[in-house]
Amino acid sequence: MSNIGSYEERLKGFDWGIAKEVLGWEDGELLNIGHICSDRVCTRGQTDKVALIWEGFGGKKHTYTFDDLRVYSNGFAKFLRDQGLETGDRICIFMDKIPSLYFSFLGILKMGGIAQPLFSAFGDESLEVRLESAGTAAILTTRKHVKKVRKILDKLPELKHVIVVEGDESKLKGEEIFFDVEAAPRVEEFDAYEATPATPSVLHYTSGTTGQPKGAQHVHSSIWGQALTTSWVLDLRDDDIYWCTADPGWVTGTSYGIIGPWSLGVTQCVLDSGFTCARWYQFIQDNRITVWYSAPTAIRSLMRDGIEPVKAHDLSSLRHLASVGEPLNAEAVIWSEEVFGLPFLDTFWQTETGAMMISNYPGMPIKPGSMGKPFPGIEAAVLDLKTHEPIEEPGRVGLIAFRPGWPAMFRAYRNKPDIYRSKFAGAPEGAEPDELCTNTDLWYVSGDRASIDADGYYWFVGRDDDVINTGGHLVGPFEIESALVEHEAIAEAAAVGKPDKVNMEVVKAFVSLKPGFEPSGDLELSIMNFIRKKLSPLAMPQEIEYMEKLPKTRSGKILRRYLRALEWGEDVGDLSTLEDD
Amino acid sequence: MDEMKDVVLEYIVDEYVDEDDDVEVDFDTALISSGIVDSFSMVSLKVFLEKKYDITLSDSEATPEAFDTVTSIVELVNKHLG
Repeated sequence: MSNIGSYEERLKGFDWGIAKEVLGWEDGELLNIGHICSDRVCTRGQTDKVALIWEGFGGKKHTYTFDDLRVYSNGFAKFLRDQGLETGDRICIFMDKIPSLYFSFLGILKMGGIAQPLFSAFGDESLEVRLESAGTAAILTTRKHVKKVRKILDKLPELKHVIVVEGDESKLKGEEIFFDVEAAPRVEEFDAYEATPATPSVLHYTSGTTGQPKGAQHVHSSIWGQALTTSWVLDLRDDDIYWCTADPGWVTGTSYGIIGPWSLGVTQCVLDSGFTCARWYQFIQDNRITVWYSAPTAIRSLMRDGIEPVKAHDLSSLRHLASVGEPLNAEAVIWSEEVFGLPFLDTFWQTETGAMMISNYPGMPIKPGSMGKPFPGIEAAVLDLKTHEPIEEPGRVGLIAFRPGWPAMFRAYRNKPDIYRSKFAGAPEGAEPDELCTNTDLWYVSGDRASIDADGYYWFVGRDDDVINTGGHLVGPFEIESALVEHEAIAEAAAVGKPDKVNMEVVKAFVSLKPGFEPSGDLELSIMNFIRKKLSPLAMPQEIEYMEKLPKTRSGKILRRYLRALEWGEDVGDLSTLEDD
Repeated sequence: MDEMKDVVLEYIVDEYVDEDDDVEVDFDTALISSGIVDSFSMVSLKVFLEKKYDITLSDSEATPEAFDTVTSIVELVNKHLG
């Protein structure tokens, strides 16, 4: 029997209070995600239980108990406090998936700081934009990545501390501080900050169509949603060995790669090395992984490698599979059922929602290719594209929307109240974020399109904007275009998503060149590597098309949607506003 | 063969390894599985090989396994050059 039991039964009289039952929560307990995921698990008698099985490249392997989690997160909390960092300070974690990432995440929350994890493959410009926007007070990084911080340090007056947590201490420069928590004296006691349900916890950056990325602010009470969805959708139990393949630089890696499993005291595995099919299968086999939460891009890459590598490994420990990041195609669901004897269950949610919103559930009949049904307690709908009224007619496409008020909902875009307000259909002019996130007369509009069939299953259609979903990560075209025109050869640029069999979409750039530059293979490679280093490998155009002149409206705005439609073979729409040659 | 290996190795060191990284890359160093080159960045490496050697590598050939060492990359390129 699964944790959720019957989905239909769970819908009846649902109350989020059941999350507290799942956690064994008693009134008066300390609310703090860092404390709940470490200290509390120990006080509930699981001190010596393995919390983290970590493997890196080259055979490196370490195992940590929940007591280690408690002590090392205490170590980070105390160290950060000793540096003068205070409640509410934004503290960035910028490192690969090493153990200190996980310890420091919990430590920051324990001392009342706001954890700001960033994807370690970000280039210096992507990093700068996000640190500047957050007014980040400190950054925790490694010797491998501190070089990117050094390049931008002068532009970040609010960044007071650069802390290197791994590597050779003698190579530090300037005022950089070295702190290796495992080598430091053990910190047995630390009084975790007593958060309120609305105390900020994690700040995740997400990309939009226009402007620079926005910081989605989450709060400590998100844990109710994250713990309950982990229990009911991922079906985690006390004896599971769980693997979430996501990087905590993205929301899946924190909500379900840290908070969900550890709040429930479940052992999890982390693999910090590059992707190859054989390596992943070996990791599952070696660690007897039972529950695996991954992404469609990875699943399609495994499919491409065929069944032979699967046969070469003993994967019989697996009992439950789930997927997130982009729609999981029906072929992938059917394939996984054939080769693993288990389907990957698709889940839908976003950085902003903080936890799963629409899912397939253990025991519920699956329609391959469908997103599933709304989680109990989530009021979802698809809204008419123009009127924003819920669509009753099965199969008609609209905007996926949710009634505000679920526990893991983001509470603001940092310093961007107008953009936050714009996400709510029917929001009163001038309404503040605090009013919007509790107003159940409104709809939070996700930016994705879907339809609902006659049985209540949701079917993903696509984004409602120009944001590019590549390998499950959202990339903003504006950020790429801004970086492209910094290349010496480029006069103007547009970035769009183009279809890709493995990654769903990849970035394609259309560029016109400055006088004196000619299209060439070398230039194409130069542009690709320029963006890869400046922004990230995800943002790197995988194709570049040279144009004499980019298509524009009469007011001079580049017609990105037109270019995207051409790539997808879609109707290009009304071109009456196209600039005349 | 060795000349091609040197060219590919030089490109990888120039583009993917920072000067003060504590990483020694040789013909048999794991590139993808070690994280020196991530799977998205493989595309720019693929484009480099296609332009440099005037070949076309299909997606089914350009796998993380085939791109994992300079030696395996050169083997793949040589298949196309006959």
